[in-house]
Amino acid sequence: MRIGVLALQGDSREHLLLLEQLGVEGLAVRTDSDLSKVNALIIPGGESTTISKLLVNFDLMPQVRDFAKSKPVLGTCAGLILISDEVIGALPDQQLITGLPVKTERNAYGGQLNSFEASVSFADGTTENVAFIRAPRILDAGNCEILATHNQEPVAVKFQNLIGASFHPELTGATYLHKLFILLVEEHQS
Amino acid sequence: MTNNTTESTPLVKSGLAEMLKGGVIMDVVNAEQAIIAQDAGAVAVMALERVPADIRAQGGVARMSDPDLLDGIRAAVSIPVMAKVRIGHFVEAQVLQSLKVDFIDESEVLSPADYVNHIDKWNFDIPFVCGATNLGEALRRITEGAAMIRSKGEAGTGDVSEATKHIRTILGEIRALSSRSDDELFVAAKELQAPYALVKQVAREGKLPVVLFVAGGVATPADAAMMMQMGADGVFVGSGVFKSGNPVARAAAIVKATTFYNDADVIANASRGLGEAMVGINVSDLPAPHRLSERGW
Repeated sequence: MRIGVLALQGDSREHLLLLEQLGVEGLAVRTDSDLSKVNALIIPGGESTTISKLLVNFDLMPQVRDFAKSKPVLGTCAGLILISDEVIGALPDQQLITGLPVKTERNAYGGQLNSFEASVSFADGTTENVAFIRAPRILDAGNCEILATHNQEPVAVKFQNLIGASFHPELTGATYLHKLFILLVEEHQS
Repeated sequence: MTNNTTESTPLVKSGLAEMLKGGVIMDVVNAEQAIIAQDAGAVAVMALERVPADIRAQGGVARMSDPDLLDGIRAAVSIPVMAKVRIGHFVEAQVLQSLKVDFIDESEVLSPADYVNHIDKWNFDIPFVCGATNLGEALRRITEGAAMIRSKGEAGTGDVSEATKHIRTILGEIRALSSRSDDELFVAAKELQAPYALVKQVAREGKLPVVLFVAGGVATPADAAMMMQMGADGVFVGSGVFKSGNPVARAAAIVKATTFYNDADVIANASRGLGEAMVGINVSDLPAPHRLSERGW
């Protein structure tokens, strides 16, 4: 198993370190050729506007969209925005990867002044401390499975081969979301 | 905010800087430039009334920007907006926090307001970035609450040599610190004029506890890629974009070279057809009182 981390911009290094810690091979993905070498892809936190522009400017958007149609993809924060089917607060011409049937609002908790740390609860009772930074909010989780909540609101969801989370597990050393993603990748391989 | 949450923690402040990594932050003076920067893939913009090259050419006291200018730029883009305050001017910082900018740069590019003290940045909920020319200076700024460090370089020159010197100095001093034995770190803290606990943490982890960008003199895609290859987490481009012949093309090319910093073929292609780079000034031709990087202590 080799999991790619989209490394156009953002905190790809923290995700790669987390994968290493969990004993999984990771690869920084910047090109079509990198993408062909991985079984799954993590789209990290960063600036969603910027990552979207770079996917288009570097001619990578169609390949990533194709990848997300069948292979496991985990999007955190900016990554969640990019894989959401509907985004409120994005630029009018913003290109998205889409695939996750949720309605997400960008910077929904406010600007940097309203960024926060919080504990999130997973379905099996596991709780972890994570960071929400200029975070998106899942307004409507549609038919997705709810993986984690914060104050009764969904903050991590799964639909088929896609997982989206509004928070950053990689900044606080939380590993549970990545473990769930690795299980999903294993299921897809078998 | 609702229960079960804590806002504006050090992690949340340095966390925003983590999200800027691998990115280019561009100086802009109006909404039109901000949109060009955003379209080119800039990860944030620094809103200013004058870019450093003009501050240098025109002289006079350089201060915080007009709130109306900041509002206009914030309304035009969806990426984070940073703004500068004078070194030590904590009321300018209070004003920027009230205006809800995303990041404050306590910057030597503006005229210092206090030649002794920097701002106590722990008093603010907004994260700060500060300049540094060496490791001791970087650690003093982090001690005061900076959530991000940028090496200073020499702003407004288009001459990358000072940026090179400062990033090499900071990273070299970190490597040297990592090779010291534990009982040598006490005197290292004395030499660096920085707190022992922080010095020990940097020695153990082999890196700063916050993100380290490069600033001051980056003018070409190759300049940006060189800073990344040396170990920067990202770059600030000040006058280099909008003082060049073709800002739209140059902005996109510098962004591309920053992402693909290890790929010389991509950097070569990105360097084509950019028109004239900013003319610039050689730092060695600047008389000492006009070197901005010497502001801050």
